[in-house]
Amino acid sequence: MPKRQDIQSILVIGSGPIVIGQAAEFDYAGTQACLSLKEEGYRVILINSNPATIMTDTEIADKVYIEPISLEFVSRILRKERPDAILPTLGGQTGLNMAIELHNSGILDELNIEILGTKLDAIHQAEDRDLFRNLMYELDVPTPESEIIHTVEEAQAFVDQVGYPVIVRPAFTLGGTGGGICENEQELHEIVASGLKYSPVTQCLLEKSIAGYKEIEYEVMRDSKDNAIVVCNMENVDPVGIHTGDSIVVAPSQTLSDREYQMLRNVSLKIIRALGIEGGCNVQLALDPHSFNYYIIEVNPRVSRSSALASKATGYPIAKLAAKIAVGLTLDEMINPVTGKTYACFEPALDYIVAKIPRWPFDKFEGAKRNLGTQMKATGEVMAIGRNFEEAMLKAVRSLETGHKHLEMKHAEELTDEWIQKRITKAGDERLFFLGEALRRGVTIEQIHEWSQIDLFFLNKFKNIVDYEEVLRNNVKDVETLRHAKKIGFADETIAKLWGMKEEEVYDFRKEHGIIPVYKMVDTCAAEFESETPYFYGTYGDENESIKTDRESVIVLGSGPIRIGQGVEFDYATVHSVWAIQEAGYEAIIINSNPETVSTDFSISDKLYFEPLTIEDVMHIVDLEQPKGVVVQFGGQTAINLADKLEARGVKILGTSLDDIDRAESRDRFEAALHEIGIPQPLGKTATNTPDAVAIAEEIGYPVLVRPSYVLGGRAMEIVYNTPELEHYMATAVEASPEHPVLIDRYLTGKEIEVDAICDGENVCIPGIMEHIERAGVHSGDSIAVYPTQDLSQKHIDTLVDYTTRLAKGLNIKGLMNIQYVISDDVVYVIEVNPRASRTVPFLSKITNIPMANVATKSILGQSIVEQGYPVGLAPIKDGVFVKVPVFSFAKLRRVDTTLGPEMKSTGEVMGKDSTLEKALYKGFVAAGMKIEDHGSVLMTVSDKDKEEATELAKRFVNIGYSILATPGTAAALEEAGVQVQVVDKIGSNGPTLLDVIQKGNAQLVINTLTKGKQPARDGFRIRRESVENGVACLTSLDTAEAILRVIESMTFTAEQM
Amino acid sequence: MKTRKLILENGEVFEGTAFGSENGSDGEVVFTTGMTGYQETMTDPSFCGQIVTMTYPLIGNYGMNRDDFETIAPAIKGFVVQELAKTPSNFRSERTVDEFCKQKNIPGIEGIDTRKLTRMIRTEGSVKGYITAVGEEVNVEEVVTRLQNTTFPTNQVEQVSTKSAYPSPGRGKKVVLMDFGMKHGILRELNKRDCDVVVVPYNTTAEEILSYNPDGIMLSNGPGDPKDVPEAVETIKALIGQLPIFGICLGHQLFALASGADSFKLKFGHRGANHPVKDLKTGRTELTSQNHGYAVDPDSLEGTDLEITHVALNDGTVEGIRHKVHPVFTVQYHPEASPGPEDSNHLFDEFIELMNTHAGKEQSQHA
Repeated sequence: MPKRQDIQSILVIGSGPIVIGQAAEFDYAGTQACLSLKEEGYRVILINSNPATIMTDTEIADKVYIEPISLEFVSRILRKERPDAILPTLGGQTGLNMAIELHNSGILDELNIEILGTKLDAIHQAEDRDLFRNLMYELDVPTPESEIIHTVEEAQAFVDQVGYPVIVRPAFTLGGTGGGICENEQELHEIVASGLKYSPVTQCLLEKSIAGYKEIEYEVMRDSKDNAIVVCNMENVDPVGIHTGDSIVVAPSQTLSDREYQMLRNVSLKIIRALGIEGGCNVQLALDPHSFNYYIIEVNPRVSRSSALASKATGYPIAKLAAKIAVGLTLDEMINPVTGKTYACFEPALDYIVAKIPRWPFDKFEGAKRNLGTQMKATGEVMAIGRNFEEAMLKAVRSLETGHKHLEMKHAEELTDEWIQKRITKAGDERLFFLGEALRRGVTIEQIHEWSQIDLFFLNKFKNIVDYEEVLRNNVKDVETLRHAKKIGFADETIAKLWGMKEEEVYDFRKEHGIIPVYKMVDTCAAEFESETPYFYGTYGDENESIKTDRESVIVLGSGPIRIGQGVEFDYATVHSVWAIQEAGYEAIIINSNPETVSTDFSISDKLYFEPLTIEDVMHIVDLEQPKGVVVQFGGQTAINLADKLEARGVKILGTSLDDIDRAESRDRFEAALHEIGIPQPLGKTATNTPDAVAIAEEIGYPVLVRPSYVLGGRAMEIVYNTPELEHYMATAVEASPEHPVLIDRYLTGKEIEVDAICDGENVCIPGIMEHIERAGVHSGDSIAVYPTQDLSQKHIDTLVDYTTRLAKGLNIKGLMNIQYVISDDVVYVIEVNPRASRTVPFLSKITNIPMANVATKSILGQSIVEQGYPVGLAPIKDGVFVKVPVFSFAKLRRVDTTLGPEMKSTGEVMGKDSTLEKALYKGFVAAGMKIEDHGSVLMTVSDKDKEEATELAKRFVNIGYSILATPGTAAALEEAGVQVQVVDKIGSNGPTLLDVIQKGNAQLVINTLTKGKQPARDGFRIRRESVENGVACLTSLDTAEAILRVIESMTFTAEQM
Repeated sequence: MKTRKLILENGEVFEGTAFGSENGSDGEVVFTTGMTGYQETMTDPSFCGQIVTMTYPLIGNYGMNRDDFETIAPAIKGFVVQELAKTPSNFRSERTVDEFCKQKNIPGIEGIDTRKLTRMIRTEGSVKGYITAVGEEVNVEEVVTRLQNTTFPTNQVEQVSTKSAYPSPGRGKKVVLMDFGMKHGILRELNKRDCDVVVVPYNTTAEEILSYNPDGIMLSNGPGDPKDVPEAVETIKALIGQLPIFGICLGHQLFALASGADSFKLKFGHRGANHPVKDLKTGRTELTSQNHGYAVDPDSLEGTDLEITHVALNDGTVEGIRHKVHPVFTVQYHPEASPGPEDSNHLFDEFIELMNTHAGKEQSQHA
């Protein structure tokens, strides 16, 4: 059917900030959708609050609104733009929930706006547990024994019937927020209560556990003509019981016979037809490993993380086609963009195996519960493609960038057998590596199967890997052994270790014997049809299909999996760099391992290599492509960390030289450089052992900021106030050594400033200067950043411009740099220089209309800033105020302390823009998911050092009609200053304590500042967690509290007596 | 680990590891893109005389079970995979592919770049090949020359068809199933609908078929070129107009020839489980399982009583035809699936329906 002519303009709803459960995959989906609708000639209006995305670039839609995705703001845009229709199914759960809210508010009817794609009642039927269960009943499709409950008592009654374990699934939440498996009464009460809180309709599904079943997913599509296809099916290596986002997944399914495959395919298509889905849909099923019995687990009536994975795994662009289906086009009339010859109405045939492994944030959150269950905890994922299971899995392992290069973990020999058994039985993030260790110790696969329920097929494959270690060990430098080891995915580093050689020696030995990988095309059709897609993966086979072209090429390294500290903003920069390379007339080649992103969409670059970002895998591509050089400054620390190894192998690093990167990142050389340039920095030194550290700290005076050198997102960075704390830090948080020194700096309190700049070798362009709301000490990624600076004197601005320019030139920057400054006692100090693209690149690019990654790339390739037509020095300041507000995913991570500090904890960000700071902040807070009430109560419990400042805030809260609740100590201080306070007892008291206040929702805000010490047992920790668990904003910085106060003040009139 | 070679008539040699039978074997090398269903594929009689390459690289993962055979005596001449599973895992698995191939005398080769082989077949068309015996010293040039000068037997239908008629009883419609190399799936679908089936050899005469007094006739799938089975064409000619007929795959091609149309050889055939077919009447597309090297020539339909009902979405080849006057319809693809998608399973219902309608008409005529 031809596309619809009766609609001209469409509003697309994005997914907002990156949180656990909803990440970069929606930037990929949204970008595809917008472009594909534009391609069909529609006027596309986009709303998304997340500036760090390609989809919010002005080229992607006709009109881009970076505004909060809330009823208030979306309604306003609808009234202003009067679109004919909205498309909500590409913005994740956020998009769907928004559509439902808009519909319920009546505005869609009022303005006569149609919802495109899957209809609202179908969404409802798929998402509402009760309606869905009834539909399955009608279709005669089995679902696990379950009960819809609205109270803890109802939950108990159900369990009394079916027994433990049961699974709790809250309705209408993303990533399984608030859900989990309950094995006993205590867990039941805890999880059900939290689930009910997180469900916007206070509803949970309680389900008898079918843990141990095979978990199978089908990604299906349907159009208005009722054509329905399966794009891809996937099998979770981890059986039912672990959220699919937290499971290791392979595609296609490996242990299903055709009968099982078709049985589940039929069911999936039956459901998508019954629901009347028009677009993409994800169906999750559980299959009994011992019979044909199966159950439907759930259906996501929209594009999802799994569909992004399926798209990258098959090449089939689900989101792009789903958008076209939404405007009436049908699968049988659209061409498959991969082959360019066949139609989209077909089912991709794979001739490789894809492995996905989630990337968890537990390296940053050491206190967090690492157990995996029905609530997703991963921030990102990696994908790898191979021609056998072992190869795909080992490639995925080394793509993780968690230090693992193989099925092994550090210090494994110290683990007890009991501990290994425990960590395999109760799944956690490192199960794969515990598995490897167990196999190495001779535990049988049958035994491991009993512990983990993982299918023997997969366990056998893992065993093949571990067994081959021994073969390698016994056949040093044997060519055929090496050939096989490479075939099954062993990294050179692993082989080197087993052979007692250096990694590079293995590489050279291999090349000598012609053992190098070939590159095969991902073509959706297993080579049945000729395809032109420039999408490749490496494997050890006979025929190479990736042919080097005559054009000069540039390789851009991507940023790997999304993790805290290295998010979608680096993918944004990568994509812009690719575009700039193409504009400059070169062939742009990208290497990346992240299936969620825009950069791994094969239509972005001239060639996409879906490969791990390790020196070995990158060098193979460099050897084949012989590029002009490699760009490393846009792929975050992932790419930067490869720079020295690449250069050592004779590869040209384009942009800032390796030596200058090192001058910025190595502490001692940086200090020397600053000295040379004449720019002050806080006192500090490096230590390689504990006694040195203590001596340095005593010399420069506490408090000191300690961190390992070469860090990302402030990992393991802390402020310590005395020697015992420092000793504790040195003993537990880092492994200091001469190769990995620890930096110890004087901790300066003051205003923190962030500057991004581009240097072409001669001139420096400073698009903007940002000021942080939170004083120094809170990681820049967790601070609210404001553009332009609000109360900075011209003198300081001049100094900042001067320092930035001198630093850029003095460090010979070519391309992008990011500098953090602190202004303390009227003196500007440099804290840190990052010779690469930073988190704020998309934010500033969007504000200033200076496409920083693009300008930087062209500068690197030889076009000066002036030639490109961009200003030298500080760019003219834009009208309006823009704030970047961090977004956290604490609700998903049990036991993580939410207090802000030097270590980054946020997963995403939103932008708020308006004419005043207060209005911009209001939007920022709303977009970040905070409720700003014009009246209510604040619960305050602050440390002694903050009491004076807190009193001032309390007074202002009282002035606008807020009431103050406080713990005895804080209350005493407030009362003394004449503030009326209601005292709330501390935890453990007999009367109602502050936990009760939080649990009952009697406080709209909690202000809690840190007393020293990080041990979670402290009351402060309980308060902060309780706030998260109950969805109450808990502010751990008085600066953030002041910002919110300002916003509320601006919303209300004062009520002061005459 | 025993090695062996796959030698192609174009001189290309693939060296891999041997499994299954240790004997050498000639055959036409073809590829199929189905990701599951190797057991059904290996036992599909339509592959008679062919060396089958699986494009999916991991084969044998779920082993071989007692249920999913499409024939008792497999007719493939060789099996080519990238990697064969040594330790299958599935609750129905009874033995490995290797064990099965040994039992059924099928030579197998693994560990070769099957994608390279597939791309070669795609560009050059189906090729003749030889899988060497284990331990055999071969002169590649001699093998290539021999292959180039060899014409493979064209009596595949005779090889795989039943030698004598046998019943597969039911209490519903009486169907005579002409076996040109029938997949069990066809019989299973008819039995599922309670048909009382008599399976007869490919060369059974029309007279004999009608002597069973059936309600309808089913023309099965089968291997090779339809023009190699002229006796069946004659039989079908005589049956058209007598009773409802439903044909699948080779049965479809034979019906076309019997109606005066022509067939031709495709470059490398359609083999896999993801072929979209458009129903010209409803406009809907179904995913189908296919396995054929020949197709009906659409131009040759001119002047016949046939009309095209289904076409392949991708290359426009004829996928289904219907007789404009008589109750006959046939499809090039496999509604019985096994392996592959079951989207077009409803065609069997339509056949039953056609028999019902026809019976009704007959009765009203007699009345």
